[in-house]
Amino acid sequence: MSDAINVTALSVFVFFFILVTVMGFYASRWQRPAAKEANLDEWGLGGRSFGTWITWFLVGGDFYTAYTVIAVPALVYAVGAYGFFALPYTILVYPIVFVIMPRLWHAANEAGHVTAADVVYGRYGSRALELAVAATAVVATMPYIALQLVGMEVVIRALGLTGEVPLAAAFVILALYTYSAGLRAPALIAFVKDLMIYIVVLVAVVLVPIKLGGYPAVFAAANDAFAAKGGATGLLLKPQQMLPFATLALGSALAAFMYPHTLTGIFAAKSADTIRRNAVFLPAYTVLLGLIALLGYMAHASKLSVKSNNDIVPALFNALFPPWFAGFAFAAIAIGALVPAAVMSIGAANLFTRNFWKAYVKPDATPAAEAKVAKIVSLIVKVGALACILALPTQFALDLQLLGGVWILQTFPAVVFGLFFGWFRAPALLVGWAVGLVGGSTIAFMDGVKPVHTLVIGNGHYTVYTGLLALLLNIMVATIAQLVLRTPRPRPAAGRSVLQ
Amino acid sequence: MWILLVLPFIGLLWVPLFNHERPSLFGFPFFYWYQFLWVPATSLLIWIVFRNGRKNRDE
Repeated sequence: MSDAINVTALSVFVFFFILVTVMGFYASRWQRPAAKEANLDEWGLGGRSFGTWITWFLVGGDFYTAYTVIAVPALVYAVGAYGFFALPYTILVYPIVFVIMPRLWHAANEAGHVTAADVVYGRYGSRALELAVAATAVVATMPYIALQLVGMEVVIRALGLTGEVPLAAAFVILALYTYSAGLRAPALIAFVKDLMIYIVVLVAVVLVPIKLGGYPAVFAAANDAFAAKGGATGLLLKPQQMLPFATLALGSALAAFMYPHTLTGIFAAKSADTIRRNAVFLPAYTVLLGLIALLGYMAHASKLSVKSNNDIVPALFNALFPPWFAGFAFAAIAIGALVPAAVMSIGAANLFTRNFWKAYVKPDATPAAEAKVAKIVSLIVKVGALACILALPTQFALDLQLLGGVWILQTFPAVVFGLFFGWFRAPALLVGWAVGLVGGSTIAFMDGVKPVHTLVIGNGHYTVYTGLLALLLNIMVATIAQLVLRTPRPRPAAGRSVLQ
Repeated sequence: MWILLVLPFIGLLWVPLFNHERPSLFGFPFFYWYQFLWVPATSLLIWIVFRNGRKNRDE
């Protein structure tokens, strides 16, 4: 990795960064209905007005994060086929979105809910379950925001810049336009980010193999590297890797749209059909992700040596692209960090405002007051994530993010089951959530914060994704609790039953 | 119709089905191009279910 500052690359990078900053501040006026009161629907959900295209760019922009662009090739570079679980994960997520999310959208839209925890409270009338869902989501999102900063840090370092000032400056700018424009800022910036990432990846997957002797040569070089390295690596999965591969893909797909940043994209959609159409067209990004993953093999073919696996992608771009295009690619990744970071902080702010501040501090808050609180919280969330990255070791954020996946998956029964059937009641779901959360965390800690756990049943060893294991535990406990407690259905509101 | 949405789960989670090197395509081992192929296939299946659902809702 070059230590000198490359002026051409840096200039291109700065140009695009300024471009999206201007767009971010302009976004507060984009598509905004004239003379409307400030409220959380406007700031936190873009007025629930996003059609198919905007939703496609927004969800694509905040689901396929900058960290993905850095970490997936890094994992594929390190272990090979196993790292490719990202592909089945980001395919299987769409049938799940298609079946579940239009129902969730209807539930939210009819009652004016802003968060998943709102929907849970609306259905079950349980403040405890609402708080459990909201707190889990906020805690799981914080390290996710921090990881976006890690992604940005990596490309800033690749540009030859040192110190923490550039990172902090970029984040402060992000915080300010998110504060003023709300969800419209990342929605507008996502257009630029996604187009840039598409250009970078298409150029990379065509040009890089030509320079390296074609895809057969790329796969062969990776195969040689894994053969020399040994262990559980290779172009194909080892028999003992198949079950973890499949369970990681399924568990991650179930968890993906429980996060507040992905759900914010869902709630901001104009109609349920907007979401259905996006389930059809969003897989285009998955092709992109699969191609990005292949960068890990290209790094083997170009014989790069890096200090940290996370430097693979920037090092590959610096080695194979002219400086101006490397600068463009780094800008794409850095802007790719801004979009999810903005949506995540908005999602977390919405949760805090609706499910904590309004629920416990100020139940009679006006819509304008809600928006004001959410804006301030979004600032605090981002400053908190920045402080974490600057003060704590990166590994801490990585471990927390991994646990966050296990935790967020435990909100699945509470958020989703009620959309399809009403058998479970709040106390049972709450017990299931608690057992899943504690059980999953305990297992993960005992395994040294690893994503998979090995079960020994008879003579067989079965290694599965810890999050999925915890979810099974969660559902089993909730089912038993429901059978034991047999809490009665809440009576319909008195007024309604009289009217009907 | 909704059963179509189960197909990607079978195709992608039953790993022994595709954990092979051959037949390769454009230099990609089977493991890779098979999974890539499921991206448009899944889109198509969701689209079919979507179309079908809209027709039923219109009637």
